[in-house]
Amino acid sequence: MKELQDLARRLLLEGRVDIVIGYQQGPRGVRPSFVTRPEQADALIFDERCVHNLVTYLSPRRAHLAAWPRRAVVVKGCDTRAVAVLLRESHIDREDIVLIGLRCGGVHRSAEASGPLTAESVAFRCADCSIREPELVDHLLGDPRPAPPGNSRLAERIGQLESMSHEQRREFWNNEFSRCIRCHACRQVCPMCYCERCIADKTRPRWIESSAHLRGNTAWNMIRAMHLAGRCVGCGECGRACPVGIPLGLLNRKLAMVVDEHFDYRATDDPEVPGPLGSFRSDDAEEFIV
Amino acid sequence: MSNQAPSAARGPSADNATFEPRIVAFVCNWCTYTGADLAGTSRIQMASNVRILRLPCTGRIDPLFVMKAFERGADGIIVSGCHPGDCHYIVGNFHARRRFRVFRELLDFLGVDPERITFSWVSASEGGKWAQVVNDTTRRIREMGPMESWPRASTALDDDLHG
Repeated sequence: MKELQDLARRLLLEGRVDIVIGYQQGPRGVRPSFVTRPEQADALIFDERCVHNLVTYLSPRRAHLAAWPRRAVVVKGCDTRAVAVLLRESHIDREDIVLIGLRCGGVHRSAEASGPLTAESVAFRCADCSIREPELVDHLLGDPRPAPPGNSRLAERIGQLESMSHEQRREFWNNEFSRCIRCHACRQVCPMCYCERCIADKTRPRWIESSAHLRGNTAWNMIRAMHLAGRCVGCGECGRACPVGIPLGLLNRKLAMVVDEHFDYRATDDPEVPGPLGSFRSDDAEEFIV
Repeated sequence: MSNQAPSAARGPSADNATFEPRIVAFVCNWCTYTGADLAGTSRIQMASNVRILRLPCTGRIDPLFVMKAFERGADGIIVSGCHPGDCHYIVGNFHARRRFRVFRELLDFLGVDPERITFSWVSASEGGKWAQVVNDTTRRIREMGPMESWPRASTALDDDLHG
């Protein structure tokens, strides 16, 4: 903890960055922390409750952070893959940011959790994660951590859905999407959703109906998944942010499996790897095309 | 192609004998649109269930278009463009091929039978192939029946409010 606070203080004192974005204790569990003055650095913490993917605050869409263009951000191993996508898509300059990597052995599903990490409490993404030490970072802090417990069973749930008929699957998703209140929290929390003007907010023409009705809800959730295909890093923040508990992670994971199977692409912390939908091979399979 | 709308009964009550599928075709300007034109000028007979929308390239065909068509009452979709290697913009159809692979899997996962959509490469000289794509798709959608699983924009009021 102390080395994290010392590093944050030094980065601010030396003028290397304008802001350090990390985690601090909030009134209800851990919350993101925005440290702009050296004396605030003592608030920074890191433990199993630090679920948030703070890379979302590197996105240029965050207009309220425009006053602090050079940012240091605390990242876990999984979070750096989101940085890699932002770099790949030329939305941030590597020189503008400082990545403070922390060794991670998994986090809880909720930032309000307490006690040790168990197979029941571990976040879905962590159960399948093999990254103990973040790559791509400028500073690597923390003690070595054991692998997290449990299994996400996401692939299993996807398999169950796929064994259903189209009608049953449609009913399943209608049931999920009909609860959507179109708060767009899934978009706001996503580090990859950085459009200055989202297609869901455009009105001429209005592609996606904005009222909370199954029709617009279906369109929104479908196009959200589509826009994240081959870009999603599986951090699961959309599902965590969803106030009505739609299993958005299932959609994202399904498309991650598709781009893996067909385009041999998996989320990576290497910004040089081209995105699967921003590239192609002339011999891509096309058995579905007549 | 005829612009005349199929007039037979629609909706859940329509049985397969009277059901006339509404099919929307998104085609590229350079190959398939010209191919469809050739089919017309060659007087090739084909089903009149398909409405063509011309776009610059298959690379311009956003999955949103397909979604909107389903919302507005399409029973089936055709997406067609230049053969790989023949794209007017060199690589547009290569990108489209990947995009539609993913979109197709997404639809399937959400419970929409991907057989509702025909993907095809039809060149400017393939008028006959276009007619076949139209006829095959119409026949298949007719057998599948009306698209009922998609939440539809159903009334004129809806169209006024959300159009």
